[in-house]
Amino acid sequence: MSATSEAIQAAPASRRAKDTAFRVALMACLGLSILLLGVLLYDVVKDGAGHLDADFISSFTSISADKAGAQAAIWGTIWLMGICAVFIVPVGVATAIYLEEYADNDRWYNRLIEVNIQNLAAVPSVVYGILGLAFLVRGPLALGNTVLAGGLTLGLLVLPVVIIAGREAIRAVPPSIREGSMALGATQWQTIWRQVLPASIPGIATGVILALSRAIGETAPLIVVGAATVIAFNPDGLDSQFTALPIQIFDWINRASNDVNNYKPLAAAAILLLMIMLILMNSVAIWLRNRYEQKW
Amino acid sequence: MEASAASAAGARAVPSLGAARRRWGEALIKALLILAALISVLTTTGIVIALLRETIDFFGEVGVWEFLSGGKWTPLFEPASFGVRPLVVGTFLVTGVALLVAAPLGLGAAIYLSEYAKPRVRKTIKPILEILAGVPTIVFGYFALTFFTPNVLQDLLHLKVDLFNALAAGIIMGFMILPTIASVAEDAMSAVPQSLREGAYGLGASKLQVSVRVVFPAALSGIVAAIVLGVSRAVGETMIVLLASGAVANNSLNPTEPHQSLAAFIGATAGGDTPTGSIEYKTIFAVGMLLFVITLIMNLISIRFVRKYRQVYE
Repeated sequence: MSATSEAIQAAPASRRAKDTAFRVALMACLGLSILLLGVLLYDVVKDGAGHLDADFISSFTSISADKAGAQAAIWGTIWLMGICAVFIVPVGVATAIYLEEYADNDRWYNRLIEVNIQNLAAVPSVVYGILGLAFLVRGPLALGNTVLAGGLTLGLLVLPVVIIAGREAIRAVPPSIREGSMALGATQWQTIWRQVLPASIPGIATGVILALSRAIGETAPLIVVGAATVIAFNPDGLDSQFTALPIQIFDWINRASNDVNNYKPLAAAAILLLMIMLILMNSVAIWLRNRYEQKW
Repeated sequence: MEASAASAAGARAVPSLGAARRRWGEALIKALLILAALISVLTTTGIVIALLRETIDFFGEVGVWEFLSGGKWTPLFEPASFGVRPLVVGTFLVTGVALLVAAPLGLGAAIYLSEYAKPRVRKTIKPILEILAGVPTIVFGYFALTFFTPNVLQDLLHLKVDLFNALAAGIIMGFMILPTIASVAEDAMSAVPQSLREGAYGLGASKLQVSVRVVFPAALSGIVAAIVLGVSRAVGETMIVLLASGAVANNSLNPTEPHQSLAAFIGATAGGDTPTGSIEYKTIFAVGMLLFVITLIMNLISIRFVRKYRQVYE
């Protein structure tokens, strides 16, 4: 601290210059990140926008790059997201309710569940693919390389996101609401179902959308559970083979580097489509958060 | 239901406020909720069992020491060799490059957001960082391979790099983990009590000195947690390395060459049609086990550090 006071007496002007330089350096850190995002989006739009039209959405993939489209991949992704949502909403919300409303934090098994969820959130996605391969595709469930196995694998992967968001939303409901309900004679479950859950739905919905927007771009686990790359039909049931947008993108990028046909614009167009879906989902999440955010 | 519950309570009047009639419905619901919570525990157990079973099988055919210390990785060719070192080198080389990008930029961004930015600026910038965090890794991989290597590294900077190289993969991966580091570190810095800053200002410190000598050290455990978390995400990242860094297991420390990482090997090898029980199949699980153990250790360290700063200030 004595150094500090010396510095004040010595050179206030140079200190101001240092302060400004530091501030500029910090802004440059942020600026560089934003610049990279800008260049990335510009590059994808430049490469892909020309290819993203009705034909691209309605055609199946093809050996000739001009005729290839992403219909099977789009429907595959829609199926995957549907299965994923049907799995994560009830399981995620139920887990969040249990941990916030019922679990006694002094019990070792409840703490185990908590630490476990924190750890699951950091397991690499490709390892979830291995789990899906060993237990869902083969092994006890033996679902095969089906859209159901793919959707459940993604569901397990993003489940922690829903649980964590759900817990925060439930925790934000003030205890006075619960006490009021209980004082009127409601049981614990009646209180949760009619008071706590309705009040926390915006937060939970935001969490679910964020989880799905993470799942929609995941590639590695789908590769490992055996999503097909060249498929010319849409899924027609849970036991159907499937491809998905990220898988299709991966396949086209691979072809671009060793094929005479030019697949790069196709990959860029599919990326553009994926990014548009992502931005839509995120906008809905942000809108929900702002529209229904409740101050107690 | 509400009415009947209320009248039931009224009819019983005062005597036993504590011991209500046992409600089987309520108990059943609680049991169902516990079952749901157990799914996440089962997931972890499933991962461990799946990895362990095949890994033990794998070590029946390949020595543990040969796997961990060997320097030649050719599991799919004859003669097969199972030294995993090149994959570990590739993993940490790419991670190292990523960290060189993400640590300074991410911490700089965090200091700016926590100490300098006005609330309105923070409100516009944080969603942009969230978008960057939400970009799918396959998109980063595409960008690294088709734009960053040819246009930036080769044309703009005139570096002699291969088309597939660890440098591009690492730099772009740095931007992938940057939002994670920035957001966790910013949380830690925002949690530093205002009184510490005011004390320093009172002694005549400048904003720079407050940020660097007071807030930064006070938030150090959270900052370490942020970096460890970033490293653990980089280690587990598959698609960027798979697309931009190539599929060559490489022992050299030169980032301008192609390299393969642990995760990228799994992505490149597990195509869904690998026969169960083959050595190829078991190799995927053994490499997955190594990856799982590395990221688990890092995550446990990170959780420890986060807990430390929470204890101090909350």
